[in-house]
Amino acid sequence: MSGHCHGISVPPPEFTPEQWAKIDSIIECYKDVPGNLMPVLQAVQEAVGCLPPAVQDRIAQGLNVPGSDVFGVMSFYSMYTWRPKGKYVIRFCESPPCHVSGSDNLLEFMKAELGVPLNHTTKDKLFTLETTACLGVCEVAPAMQINEVVHGNLTKDKIRQILADYRAGKAPDYKTLPYSTNDFRSYKQSPAELVLLSNVGVIDPEKVDDYVAKGGYEALKKAVTTMTPEQVVEEVKTAGIRGRGGAGFPAGLKWSFTRPLDVPQKYVICNLDEGEPGTIKDRYIVEGDPHKVLEGMAIAGFAVGATKGFIYCRGEYYLCKHRLNTAIEQAKAKGYLGSNLFGTTFAFDIEVRSGFGCYICGEETALIESIEGKRGYPRAKPPFPGVEGLWRKPTIVNNVETLASVPAIIAKGGEWYKGLGTPDTTGTKIYQVIGHVKTPQIVEVPVGITLRELIDTYGGGMKNGKKFKMCQTGGASAGIVTAEALDVPIEFGAMSKVGGALGSGTMLVMDESVCAVDFARSVAVFFAHESCGQCTPCREGTVQLLRTLTRIWEGQGRPGDLEFLERLGQTMMDASFCPLGQTAPAPLFSLLKHFRPEFEDHVSGKCTHGVCRTT
Amino acid sequence: MSNPTVTIDGRAVEFQPGQTILDIARSAGIFTIPTLCYMQGTNPTGSCRVCVVEVEGWRTLVTACSTAATPNMVIHTENPKVEAARKNIIELLLASGNHNCLICEANGECELQALAYRYQVATPIYANPPGAKYYYEDNNSMIVRDFSKCVMCGRCVRACNERQVNLAIQIGYRGHHNKIVGKCDYPYIDSDCVFCGSCVQACPVGALLDKNAIGQGRPWERRTVRTTCPYCGVGCQIDLHVKGGRIIKAMGARAIPNEGRLCVKGRFGLGFVDHPERLQTPMVKKNGRLQEATWDEALDLVASKLKEIKDQHGPKTIGGWCSARITNEENYVFQKFMRAVVGTNNVDHCARL
Repeated sequence: MSGHCHGISVPPPEFTPEQWAKIDSIIECYKDVPGNLMPVLQAVQEAVGCLPPAVQDRIAQGLNVPGSDVFGVMSFYSMYTWRPKGKYVIRFCESPPCHVSGSDNLLEFMKAELGVPLNHTTKDKLFTLETTACLGVCEVAPAMQINEVVHGNLTKDKIRQILADYRAGKAPDYKTLPYSTNDFRSYKQSPAELVLLSNVGVIDPEKVDDYVAKGGYEALKKAVTTMTPEQVVEEVKTAGIRGRGGAGFPAGLKWSFTRPLDVPQKYVICNLDEGEPGTIKDRYIVEGDPHKVLEGMAIAGFAVGATKGFIYCRGEYYLCKHRLNTAIEQAKAKGYLGSNLFGTTFAFDIEVRSGFGCYICGEETALIESIEGKRGYPRAKPPFPGVEGLWRKPTIVNNVETLASVPAIIAKGGEWYKGLGTPDTTGTKIYQVIGHVKTPQIVEVPVGITLRELIDTYGGGMKNGKKFKMCQTGGASAGIVTAEALDVPIEFGAMSKVGGALGSGTMLVMDESVCAVDFARSVAVFFAHESCGQCTPCREGTVQLLRTLTRIWEGQGRPGDLEFLERLGQTMMDASFCPLGQTAPAPLFSLLKHFRPEFEDHVSGKCTHGVCRTT
Repeated sequence: MSNPTVTIDGRAVEFQPGQTILDIARSAGIFTIPTLCYMQGTNPTGSCRVCVVEVEGWRTLVTACSTAATPNMVIHTENPKVEAARKNIIELLLASGNHNCLICEANGECELQALAYRYQVATPIYANPPGAKYYYEDNNSMIVRDFSKCVMCGRCVRACNERQVNLAIQIGYRGHHNKIVGKCDYPYIDSDCVFCGSCVQACPVGALLDKNAIGQGRPWERRTVRTTCPYCGVGCQIDLHVKGGRIIKAMGARAIPNEGRLCVKGRFGLGFVDHPERLQTPMVKKNGRLQEATWDEALDLVASKLKEIKDQHGPKTIGGWCSARITNEENYVFQKFMRAVVGTNNVDHCARL
């Protein structure tokens, strides 16, 4: 066979009969599960290390899926591999938050330490070095993940020590770690009452009894035994909670579209594909209090008439997956999930599905395609998932934070929840303050805090006493605000008026050392890496944005480049298929608005910050 | 109750629920919305975005091919915003590979070329940067794949999966690395491909080529001849592309029964027509050697031999073996001949080729 694109320099591994038996048993185990391709590929890769052509063939035949689909799907997600890799795969984060924290230099250092270029394996077959678009651990930027374990706050010394530990066989087991990064309770806490994170750092997330002792599953009991589904929907509507994934669509309204549909099967999906650079909040909820999410999902299921829920967890969040699976098992054993809940006829079951390295799968329809075992291509809307979602059945897709708010809303009432936050954005919100602040962290407060307060009170002020330059609000696809916006409340409405966004609630704070062009380029790197490629404006546009910005960054800019970027960006916004392409140029536009002279300087060959490679 | 209406370019047009904007426009005689990834008879994906139109009140432009109309939509198929988007999209597509019309097989029938001409978009300076590498596959006797021309419209994938249901190719990889792949990303010859060539016919540009037609003639030098496939009895309609009395390539005709489809034989198996070894007269073996004969001579010989065998050994010692290459009617006549004239039920059919 002439596998032309594999470029296999080393021959594919020879598997033992035991390994083949293992592969066959995985296929057999998932044979009748709908959307089984992703779980099978993941389980097989975990079992035998990689997915060479012979294994792809076996899976295609075993699952009765075309071989082209198997390859099409696995090549879409970054974490699958058909080549053997080292014992430890190092995923070095190159997201914008890590970039502004100096990841570039550390990556160079890492290459030198390992003695291999990117995407290569060391001679001793111990390490494979890769970069990744965002690990979702931005509070400890710059960061990397080695197999399942996150290592943050990297410095050269720390990298050297970590490599030495792994070489000496001292690789930590992620399942025994309390958290992927930090203990939430080590952060400065707000005086306000915690709604979402009340149990985090207090209870043992792997013990359901701990959760129950804190009043857990009482809200679910209240909903299914004393309320009608319509009342639950009404309560959530009254609360006015706007979706916490970033778009801010009112959750109760979303549910109310799905509730009246008279079909035998509906689904609830919890979106834990936390891929937006700078966004780390859902991980804290799930790692610290997984049952709260399960309870919220079950209530949502009761409200809309669904009996099955899926949690779509991003591939990199190994500890989340582990905690969720443990929690589901325990909840089932205790009768909080399963059939006849609390002596009623209501039944609800939850399954965890995992992404495998793909940002676009955070978009709800791409996420649905991924659960169905396909490439994560967004679907055209309408029809919206609430009407036609997973396997074409009505499906509500909600963010983790949204669903985790639901038990409190049911327990304490929508009016109580509405009293928190601002009229525009009710409730509490987990804000993330990262970047050039002294103490990057998350904090849960009622919506309405200002950027200044977030930076000064919770971020501990600007790092190294430097001056605030700008802040990317809400995630990589959102706008950048300058000091003028420091006193604007961070909510959906007020933020959008100043060209920012609440988005996922992440605030990437940058000081005056950051060059606008360098930052624009790092955002462009992210989108070029994460565009799904379905539509022309995004597939080709993200790459042309990156190429042009790189040229400018290298001091090779040409007159007309900025106008070209604007023309291209406009078409991406107007004509792209989904929000990824439509918003990818937004940060650039906002940087051009605030810092156009910096771009012009670069086009004429100089970087005043001394950051870019203009020389 | 009257049908709902939409307004297209100031004209009120009735539509049936479920119809797309493109459907409605075409049924109203508006054929000016350009398309590229759209392919009749397959599910629209709205991926190339060339057919974007403006709908009043919508945040972004929408694709005419994949957006279902809703009552009272006000649609503009051509305005400065729409035109700017289309031009930029065409420019991006021209920049996405090495679209050199001079040597391209599709010159003259290329849909990207036609779009570039219509919107007067030239290949931008940033196209085809130095060092750009494109996958090129020429290792089988039928299809050449030149990904320097591919615009990732996905029509080949839909032709393969939805029209022919061969399920041999898919879109692989992600983003700018997207590429059409077979199983394990092997070349066609090692994949599940059965070489029906539907992908070649679906390709709007010069990325998938009938190998034997390369360099054999430009579209305007060829004429097409509608004919019936000479292979099996299905009777697929073929458009033969002919230049100087020779067949250059065969395309499935959009007609009953095949509606554009062909199999490997009908599309790539017509080389026998002009083959030097092709039999042109009946051959009769004389003195141990096959020699050219007339039809009368050959048929007389067969008839006399059949009669001789029947007289000496009885009709049951004769069997007839018919061909799948002829029609049902011809097969019927043949079995009738065997039963009624020869007097035997020993009649069968190859049923395969």
